[in-house]
Amino acid sequence: MGERGTSHAVTVEVNGEKVSRIVAARQLLVHFLRDTLGLTGTHIGCDTGNCGACSVIVNGKLVKSCMILAPQVDGATIETVEGLADGDSLSPLQESFHEHHALQCGYCTPGMLMSATYLLRQNPDPTDEEIRRGIRGNICRCTGYVNIVKAIRAASREQASGGRPVPAAAGEEV
Amino acid sequence: MTITSTPVTGEATKTWSGRSMPRKEDGRLVQGQGSFVDDGGMHGQGYAWFVRSPYAHARIVSIDCEPALAMEGVYAVLTGDEAKAMCQAPFFAIAPPPGSLMQEWPLAVDKVRYQGDAVAVVLADSRETARDAAERVVVEYEPLTPVTDTVAAADPAAPLLYDEAGTNVAWHGLFDYGDVDWALENADHVVKLDRLHFHRFTSSPLECNGAVVDFDRGTGVVSVLSNYQMPMFAAMVVGPTIGVPMNKFNFVSKDIGGAFGIKIGFYPQIAALALLSKKAGRPAKWTEFRTEHMLTAGHGNERTFLDVEVPVMADGTILGLKVRAFDDAGAYLHYEPLGAVIWSQVVPGCYKLKHVRVDYTEVVTNKCPVVPNRGYSRMQHLWLVERIVDVVAHELGLDPVEVRKRNYVQPEDYPYETPNGCIYDSGDLPRSLDIALELAHVAEWRERQRELGTGTGRRIGIGIGSTLDSGTNNFGQSRIINPDLPFSGNGEAAFAKLDLFGEINVNLGTTPQGQGHETTAAQVAADILGVTPEDVTVTTGFNQANNSYVGFSGTYASQFAVSGLGAVMGAAQKLRHQIVKLAAFALQAEEDEIELEGGSARVRGDEERAIPFIGLSNMVYTNNAGLPASLLDECDLNARYVYVPPFEVPDTVAKTGNLTLTYASQVHVCVVEVDEETGEVKVVEYAAVDDCGNRINPLVVEGQVHGATGLGIAASLYESLDYDESGQLQEPSFYEYHVGTAMDIPDVACGDIESPSPFTPNGAKGMGEGGGAPLHAVCAALQDALGAGAPVVSESHNHWARVYELLHRDPGAPRGVEVVTRTAEPGAGVESL
Repeated sequence: MGERGTSHAVTVEVNGEKVSRIVAARQLLVHFLRDTLGLTGTHIGCDTGNCGACSVIVNGKLVKSCMILAPQVDGATIETVEGLADGDSLSPLQESFHEHHALQCGYCTPGMLMSATYLLRQNPDPTDEEIRRGIRGNICRCTGYVNIVKAIRAASREQASGGRPVPAAAGEEV
Repeated sequence: MTITSTPVTGEATKTWSGRSMPRKEDGRLVQGQGSFVDDGGMHGQGYAWFVRSPYAHARIVSIDCEPALAMEGVYAVLTGDEAKAMCQAPFFAIAPPPGSLMQEWPLAVDKVRYQGDAVAVVLADSRETARDAAERVVVEYEPLTPVTDTVAAADPAAPLLYDEAGTNVAWHGLFDYGDVDWALENADHVVKLDRLHFHRFTSSPLECNGAVVDFDRGTGVVSVLSNYQMPMFAAMVVGPTIGVPMNKFNFVSKDIGGAFGIKIGFYPQIAALALLSKKAGRPAKWTEFRTEHMLTAGHGNERTFLDVEVPVMADGTILGLKVRAFDDAGAYLHYEPLGAVIWSQVVPGCYKLKHVRVDYTEVVTNKCPVVPNRGYSRMQHLWLVERIVDVVAHELGLDPVEVRKRNYVQPEDYPYETPNGCIYDSGDLPRSLDIALELAHVAEWRERQRELGTGTGRRIGIGIGSTLDSGTNNFGQSRIINPDLPFSGNGEAAFAKLDLFGEINVNLGTTPQGQGHETTAAQVAADILGVTPEDVTVTTGFNQANNSYVGFSGTYASQFAVSGLGAVMGAAQKLRHQIVKLAAFALQAEEDEIELEGGSARVRGDEERAIPFIGLSNMVYTNNAGLPASLLDECDLNARYVYVPPFEVPDTVAKTGNLTLTYASQVHVCVVEVDEETGEVKVVEYAAVDDCGNRINPLVVEGQVHGATGLGIAASLYESLDYDESGQLQEPSFYEYHVGTAMDIPDVACGDIESPSPFTPNGAKGMGEGGGAPLHAVCAALQDALGAGAPVVSESHNHWARVYELLHRDPGAPRGVEVVTRTAEPGAGVESL
């Protein structure tokens, strides 16, 4: 890559792994994840912060990674879709999305899963209205959201009935 | 015209087909392990950025690339003139003259014709450098008067987009079936509508377009890694332009992040990238960004209907319709004017209209070119028919349910031949409507509507949308546009094989974008080969090197369940035949004694005599000494099959023929609540009943229904693409273009009927596009909410401000509708119809 101009050292913990890179001052977090670290699960859909395909969790907060520069997250703990599964074992939300056909093309899915993960950490038993509010920043063009809402609801019920909980935020005491 | 079914013969146990099973694709997609176009690349690639026009219509005076080329890291800049000099011909034109004179090249030459038209493309060593360099390409323009109004564009006095064509009319044709003049003279009523307008919008897939293109100067091979959804169409259009034969292309796609038809539109970019790669001597990677997508990737067809006349009998029987239609193709004829005939797959909609005259004009304007957009061209016409049926009911004071039921094609009418010779294969529309009305609790909502009364500031409206999803095109219909085109019929290919260790592999010719082809193909193959879907590996995406394609391969036009799975069935049955033959030899049994179960071939009733697939593969691939040559000749364990639907070439003079093989139907019912003070519309209940014949995977089918419904509701209330008078798009990003969110789109109650198609190998019908039913249902619900004597809902897009205007229009102002009632001899002679 022939990116020129001011550069910065960035050290972050991504999905439990500490990484350090020198990046261009203007590099977006989403490009840092995709291009520099090769974590291509985080997607780009709109460039304007509207679609949520690039959603990741930074220091426990849901962030649209196309709206923040990589140097701004120096020192942060970042969770991306690649970190949701525990080895071969899918997270309850991933499992539920599969079971309920909550994805079609799969392009919005990583961002949608991160928003849903964040939502269930904040509100383990959301109503349908709260689920819809929780994912309003994530656009899906394939499903009409019907099965996404259903899948998130089912994952929260599973959690409430003593099933596996949504994993706690990385770097946070729970 | 008669049609016979062409079943692919062979055994199928039906263990997996028909079952709702979660998809094989999901595992990688929920873990962020999908492989979308921007995730990939080629060694040594540069990054491409297009230089695009800020003007809608302008002459290109000069282009200075030097400031860009002077930048460190810039490999090359290609301009329109240079690109043209590298080409052998403009892109192939579907239209006859004058449309064929509206030439397009990979980049704009001499003129730009819409905001975003590409004048040059830069290649650099990073995306950022390419973008910076593109800004330093200095283009001098001489602005011209833009043409943005569809109907005005057809005026001979309008400024011309293409001087050499001498007109902005790309195509004109009269579609005249039955005797509409007679019907208008003899009907009890003639309902007249001044103007109906179907708006411009896009299903805007969340993943934008993208491609990595390498023009290998050593071999002449052009490799295209892209998310293009109809790859061999792109090859056939781009090849003759840039001088590349079909066998020197290698189109590859993997996961595609939605397409909806829009990803048929970017072949000019692929051509430009190929030439850029040739010039620079390295692969060119281009990833479209959202604003570029909204400005240039292609919009859905915008259509204006003028002077609508509808002959109706006193009992609500609608005899036909007469209309002048003006379709707006935008600046270049990308896939157009195919839309000018595609709509005629559904001439009478769901109804028994006998007398139809459509005077159809397609024009070019200084707007983004249109491309197929989910429901392509039929949706616009179906919306017209649905508005007509709905307005007829309201104006004549008839029950909208009864008017529909009276005019529907009835279950006993199938196979039903339409006035233009299309054959509706099967269905039960009245029952679909009954189910939808029940699912939407219409009886209760009518009660609440009455209770609410007037003066509360709130209104409830109930609307119906009845549509068809015509699937598996007969490409012969293109000859109705241009009799000289060398196209007819259709087809799709598939490969099934046993690999070296007995693994089962299926390759498709399709380019799935979320439709679950890996799963449904595996279900179908598993039934035929006696295994489970988990045992069948379906190669992800399209790869030309697999040789699993024909000219029309791809994923579009609601056809996979028929043509794609028809091909998979045929290939799996050919493979099964070989397996049985080999096993009979190995087990010294008769072929009809062999059964396939659990990945082995065995002799029926004798568990001891069995051979696993790995043993058969061993016999053929790695241990074949001494096998009879005749056996090896017949059994290479690689089976290719091409499914070809039974079609004939349409009559291009009468404009008749069977244009599509299957007709899935959708009946939707929508309940809205309207706030009189603000015009805000809320969808409070929604039901959709789909009938697509036999369903291979009901879970996937229902997902498609949800998706088509979501997009339709969003288009009807939130999504519209509008140009100002200077040709500037008002919604060039997701800030302005309000894409439907989870807060906008309601839950959908789904019902289903399975009316198997008699014409397809598996009784299935293509589905997925839907016919834009939500647009029809929402408009009908608004009309219902407005009540008697209200203006006609004449726009397909009804955001709050428009609804407010409809609610508060001066009672004396024109309503956009007139009913002329015949006084003498009502109904005379109509019985003979």
